Amino acid sequence: MGRIPRSYLINRLITLFLTILIAATLIWVIPRLSPVDPADIMLGRMAAGAGSVANADQVLAQLRESFGLDQPMIVQYFKYLGNTLLFDFGLSTASFPTPVSSLIARALPWTLGLMILSVVITFVIGNALGAFMVWERSPKLVKVAIPAAMVFTSIPPILSGLLLMWIFAAQLRWFPLTGAYGLMVEPGWTWDFALSVLHHGFLPALSIVIVTFGFWALGMRGLMITVQGEDYVKLAEAKGLRPRYILYRYMIRNAILPQVTAFALKIGLLIAGQVLVERIFAYNGMGKLLYDAILDQDFPVIQGVSYVIILMTALSVFLVDLIYPFIDPRIRHEG
Amino acid sequence: MTEPRNVVLKVRGLSVFYATPTGDVRATDDASFDLYEGETLGLVGESGSGKTTATSGILRMVSSPGRIVAGSVELDGVDLLALKEEDLRRQRWSKLALIPQGAMNSLNPTMKISAQIADVIRTHTGKTPPRDRILELFQMVGLPGRIHDMYPHELSGGMKQRVCIAMGIALNPRVIIADEATSALDVVVQRVVAQTMAKVRDALGVSMIMIGHDMGLMAQMVDRIAVMYSGKIVEIARVADMFARPAHPYSKILIDSVPSLTQRQALRITGGITHDPRNPPKGCIFQLRCPYAAPQCREPQPLREINPGQLAACCRAEEILAGTAQAREIADA
Amino acid sequence: MTEYSTDDDVAPAEHGLTREDRRRARRMRRFDNPWLNPKLYWGGGLLLGIVLVGILGRLLWDLDLVFTGSGMLKLPPVGFENLRGQEGTFANPLGTDGAGRDMLALIVIGAPNSLFVGLLASLIGMSIGIFLGFTAGYVGGRTDDIIRVLSDVMITIPPLLILVVFQSAFGDVSLTMMALLIAGFVWQSPTRLIRAQVLSMKSSGYVQMAKLSGASTFDIMFREMLPNLIPYLFGSFIANVTTSIVTAVGLEVLGLGPQRVPTLGRTIYEAINAGALIQNLWWWWGIPTLLLAAMFIGLLLINLGLDEVSNPRLRKA
Repeated sequence: MGRIPRSYLINRLITLFLTILIAATLIWVIPRLSPVDPADIMLGRMAAGAGSVANADQVLAQLRESFGLDQPMIVQYFKYLGNTLLFDFGLSTASFPTPVSSLIARALPWTLGLMILSVVITFVIGNALGAFMVWERSPKLVKVAIPAAMVFTSIPPILSGLLLMWIFAAQLRWFPLTGAYGLMVEPGWTWDFALSVLHHGFLPALSIVIVTFGFWALGMRGLMITVQGEDYVKLAEAKGLRPRYILYRYMIRNAILPQVTAFALKIGLLIAGQVLVERIFAYNGMGKLLYDAILDQDFPVIQGVSYVIILMTALSVFLVDLIYPFIDPRIRHEG
Repeated sequence: MTEPRNVVLKVRGLSVFYATPTGDVRATDDASFDLYEGETLGLVGESGSGKTTATSGILRMVSSPGRIVAGSVELDGVDLLALKEEDLRRQRWSKLALIPQGAMNSLNPTMKISAQIADVIRTHTGKTPPRDRILELFQMVGLPGRIHDMYPHELSGGMKQRVCIAMGIALNPRVIIADEATSALDVVVQRVVAQTMAKVRDALGVSMIMIGHDMGLMAQMVDRIAVMYSGKIVEIARVADMFARPAHPYSKILIDSVPSLTQRQALRITGGITHDPRNPPKGCIFQLRCPYAAPQCREPQPLREINPGQLAACCRAEEILAGTAQAREIADA
Repeated sequence: MTEYSTDDDVAPAEHGLTREDRRRARRMRRFDNPWLNPKLYWGGGLLLGIVLVGILGRLLWDLDLVFTGSGMLKLPPVGFENLRGQEGTFANPLGTDGAGRDMLALIVIGAPNSLFVGLLASLIGMSIGIFLGFTAGYVGGRTDDIIRVLSDVMITIPPLLILVVFQSAFGDVSLTMMALLIAGFVWQSPTRLIRAQVLSMKSSGYVQMAKLSGASTFDIMFREMLPNLIPYLFGSFIANVTTSIVTAVGLEVLGLGPQRVPTLGRTIYEAINAGALIQNLWWWWGIPTLLLAAMFIGLLLINLGLDEVSNPRLRKA
């Protein structure tokens, strides 16, 4: 009881492994398909941008190595795979010779923090609202207000981010325009820092929440309407159970299951959306790192960040898949 | 059988209509009957005759676009239809339980079987029932104790139906409504479940309303039968009377349609046209299909006592009983 | 609607109805024809509006104004004044951007471009999805396993990041190329959807009948099964158009995507980089944002409308 069926677990592990493998392979193969020599172009651009490139020979050598121009392809590939699994993405060309992995290690906590704050909270709020839209006993206001708010659900967070930024940061100046914490605050376990982080994180989080909760609310609404018509809900009512108990134990508990599956499918898009929000708010996370790397043509960083974000997505999906059997007894007994 | 008994459930003038774009469908129209203490009343009729709607009216569980238009449902003298919602909720299951139609989907897939029985007991008594009580209920309906911690998807259809029966008797209700409780099961299982139901009923002495269209099963299970046609109750009688001498033409056709082992006969499919349920004909509801229809059938036909304990809604009931009524040929529509 | 005779006692009285009754009757009639769905035609109207902007703009407006320096810099729309005290003129009714490009011309070209990328990517993704989904569901076995695992894997990889890698390595791409690239990431959900539907239909009565009557596999797949999938396919198509546009805009906002063609996302990118938010040049980023928002809302409304068409229970609320 409560154990995850073995075949299910193996299945998910294979999917996880394949996802990582395919992502890593794509990231390696794509530059090699390019008709131009990216290393040259990049160095040229860097030189044009900065006037001259210090360590030009080293950078060029590293770029050539990362594009695999000096060894047999297959050796390159497996070397690359091994390095990637150890999170060794080489050195950043823009801030040479900082390892890409340490740049990522610095940015990742911010992205994870924002993700938990926005993506996860949105899921909870959205589903709760969707459930209340269907529940007969919820206040009228809920039923009128949410469908109105629903119109925004289709807008990607980057657009809502721009609007919120303009209104609350540029015009009203209630929130800072960019960054993850104030310039004057030393990072550390202090109240000042925590407050600064919250102050800076609010708008980016809000721009994600405001446009994604509706997606969950909408899906939940449909599922709740279906569940509401199920015989077991009718019987629960005939049993004279308390309405609230019926709502969460009989209705939400069953309606949420497909939503959790949808969450696993959607998480990649959500994280991608968040990366873009980080970019416009210049939030110190992976999004900003990626954007700066694109500007600087810092290819090792682009590769590293893309890989880590995909890995993050795949692990999140895997985590959801691991939790799922615990909330759906039917999966639990399948294996 | 003839001594006066306590009435447990008194239904009067219950009408449930469904709204449609072109007018109300009178799914149950002015239904009235009594259910006596310890008795089982069968409610029969073809699909769409309003049996299930009638029960959802009694349970006050009509959902949109349906609505209860009129009537009263007195359970031990308390009109369920007039109760406040919270009071009604307390009455439910503790007094009036339901064995549902679709047992396959009537159990919550994400809750253990035992939890689904325990929750209704806890809600109405305030106490979590001990494990033994649940096991005792399982035993009463012939379920093994091992299903205690199982989930619905691990049970067969017949087992699920028994769980529903165990759930129904968990609080010793005054009345149990069994809504086509066996029709979704295969014949063998059907029989066993029906026997279980009868056994439990006799052990507890609970009153019961059984809904179904299987006249054969009814004959074995119930004390009295009420026949419904197009939302109206057309006849109520003791089983023996109903089978021996039905007074309403529709009951007569229904009973003749029960296949007999001893004699072969052509299936009598009722001819004539069925009326639009939004516009029932004036007077008798059955007149368009009735072989005995006469001009006086255009007058309203209330249920009236034909014999002691036998009520029928037909002005020619006596002639039919006496066998003097002339049948007419009805052309198929 | 059902016809019935007009005997005096028959028709439900139309007179003496309250407003609430009449509204209910109207809702009921909508029940009969689900395509008369306000969400559907509002959504379709919004998209059509954007297409019209593209068509009429090309006919009525000078598109050469889209080039750098064709107007004064950072001019506001008509009726507004910028921080330098310049007023908007009818020469550039929606203002100009930081490089003096006319906003109206940018929109006339950019808005249909975004829609084009979305539609093309989704269309190609859909075709791949239909092909793979049918193959997986119908052929089964090893083929099914491979397709299933592949779509499971690819659905978790966010297209944006792979495309970022691609465009960083390849440099400039054309609109069509971008659509093709995005298409490589939007075939998974139609594949899964169709596979599931095919599997459930395979065992259903009418497909069995067709098999018994000797219909060819092709006939069964495309004459018998496909028509029943159309509502799902259409919903999935619209959802993919949204995903594709979001991905394209995402790339553009990161400074990737087509560099030589004006797109709404690129305009926003340039606006952010030029500090348009702080300088209060709201029209520069705001107009493309609004247009994209309208596009997404239009797509959402169509999708909601379609949902209601195929799931009548959603309609009552």
